Amino acid sequence: MRPSQVISDIVQTFRMDPNGDRVVPPTGFTARLTLFSSAAMAFLAVFAMALSLATGRLADRWSDELARTSTLRISVPEGQMQAQTTAALRILETTEGIAEARALTSEDQKALLAPWFGPDLAVETLPIPQLIEIVETDDGYDAENLRLRLAAEVPGAVLDDHTRWRKPLAQAAARLRGLAFVSMVLIALTTGAMITLAANAALSANTQVIRVLRLVGAQDNFIARAFIRRFTLRGLFGAAIGTVAGILAVALLPKADTAGGFLTGLGLQGWHWLWPFVIPPLAAIVAFVATRLAAYRTLKERS
Amino acid sequence: MIELDNVAYSYGGGELFSSVSMSLSPGSFHFLTGPSGAGKTTLLKLCYGELLPTAGQARLFGVDARSMGRDDVALIRRRIGVVHQDCQFLDHLTLTENVALPLSTTGKDVAAEMDNLRDLLGWVGLSQQAGQFPPELSGGERQRAALARAIIMSPDVILADEPTGNVDWDMSQRLLTLLIELNKMGKTILIATHDLNLIRTAKSQVSSRVLRLKDRRLWAAGADL
Ligand SMILES: Nc1ncnc2c1ncn2[C@@H]1O[C@H](COP(=O)(O)OP(=O)(O)OP(=O)(O)O)[C@@H](O)[C@H]1O
Ligand SMILES: [Mg+2]
Repeated sequence: MRPSQVISDIVQTFRMDPNGDRVVPPTGFTARLTLFSSAAMAFLAVFAMALSLATGRLADRWSDELARTSTLRISVPEGQMQAQTTAALRILETTEGIAEARALTSEDQKALLAPWFGPDLAVETLPIPQLIEIVETDDGYDAENLRLRLAAEVPGAVLDDHTRWRKPLAQAAARLRGLAFVSMVLIALTTGAMITLAANAALSANTQVIRVLRLVGAQDNFIARAFIRRFTLRGLFGAAIGTVAGILAVALLPKADTAGGFLTGLGLQGWHWLWPFVIPPLAAIVAFVATRLAAYRTLKERS
Repeated sequence: MIELDNVAYSYGGGELFSSVSMSLSPGSFHFLTGPSGAGKTTLLKLCYGELLPTAGQARLFGVDARSMGRDDVALIRRRIGVVHQDCQFLDHLTLTENVALPLSTTGKDVAAEMDNLRDLLGWVGLSQQAGQFPPELSGGERQRAALARAIIMSPDVILADEPTGNVDWDMSQRLLTLLIELNKMGKTILIATHDLNLIRTAKSQVSSRVLRLKDRRLWAAGADL
């Protein structure tokens, strides 16, 4: 099926007079089942979507922080500071995975400390450690190895790589986002499978109807459309109900706050609230394609 | 219009008939008789593409039925009105909707044809029953409705399988008159029936041929009628 063909098909299917719908007898039970299952699937899809968007946000934020520097802190008696700093810089420069290492000037350090001690602090008179800012390459460096080398040559150095522990978390978040995406695809496929089953049930229940329609000169398109229209509309309405319910449920999650962190960040934010509204049309497309395939297959079999 | 050329039909139980040749030329009027189970209904089914002959050739409007796809057969059926022996209605639609079914399935505007529809139902004496559902109708009423549905599209050919099987003599005369009128308008008619009285009455009003399906062959019936 080419896209243009699908579109013209959709137009054809829904342009027809409402009389066309009457030729297939209404079946309350399959109708309700289809409605219910596409609503349930849409509800789940909203959560999968919220999870995907939220973990996406987390992964982005944590990866940003990863790009930041780690710091090396050198605390030694005043006299050895210069020598150890130089030694440390030399080691860092020859360490694989480090893009840049820069010893902070006393001006820099003053600026860092100003929030706590005020702007007039005489840094030089205080026994504060020398800080070296390290910028990693994308591959990162081997922190253990670096620690060993520093311990041997710059005993006063402490490597603080506090942001590096987030790397596995960021990876997990990215993985979670992938899983949420896979879930959405699975939900779509399951919806398609359910609609196919329901459409097949309706087609076999209406064998006699199809026979009579054939006898009076109905072509395949006419017969197929009567079924396609029905199941597409059911898929659409069911998904609309499920989507609204899902959005309400997500909206009722506790508000994101600083204390909540990860869990409360699971809701939708800003324009992301618009995303769930693609679910009903998607469900309709899935129902359309599934019913169309089922209908033409059945019509071909019973020629 | 419809030609069977040396046709045979067999099914699991054996051969129903063979060496059957028949030609319905435009404007002709045929009767088909024969004992029950001889294969009259089966022969009609070959004429509207519901069944394919197991040997020989069935040509519908000049086209070999075997070479037609489903949609081709559908198009052919719009030119052949069939009164099925078992009527074949949709039970969830009213009588009017059933009679109008060939119109709605072919995308015609049913509302625009409403006057025709009403006249037609009046002709077959079903004006009172227009809003009823098929299961609520008597056998004769159903057959009359089937005839109405067969001619709603103004087809070139009308194949009627026992159209008067369940109706009283007056009504069967009336239906016969309707079919004769249609024949005078140029329609090709084939009626399968057991009712020899009906055939005799018709012969006095219209020139027709009588075919008899017997002993697995199709014969032209002679003066014994
Ligand atoms: N596919 C088939 N399978 C089994 N039996 C069949 C099949 N097709 C035809 N028959 C048999 O062939 C015979 C002829 O049936 P058909 O309906 O054509 O007869 P008919 O002349 O119309 O009879 P009636 O006058 O009672 O309507 C029947 O005995 C029927 O059971
Ligand atoms: Mg019969």
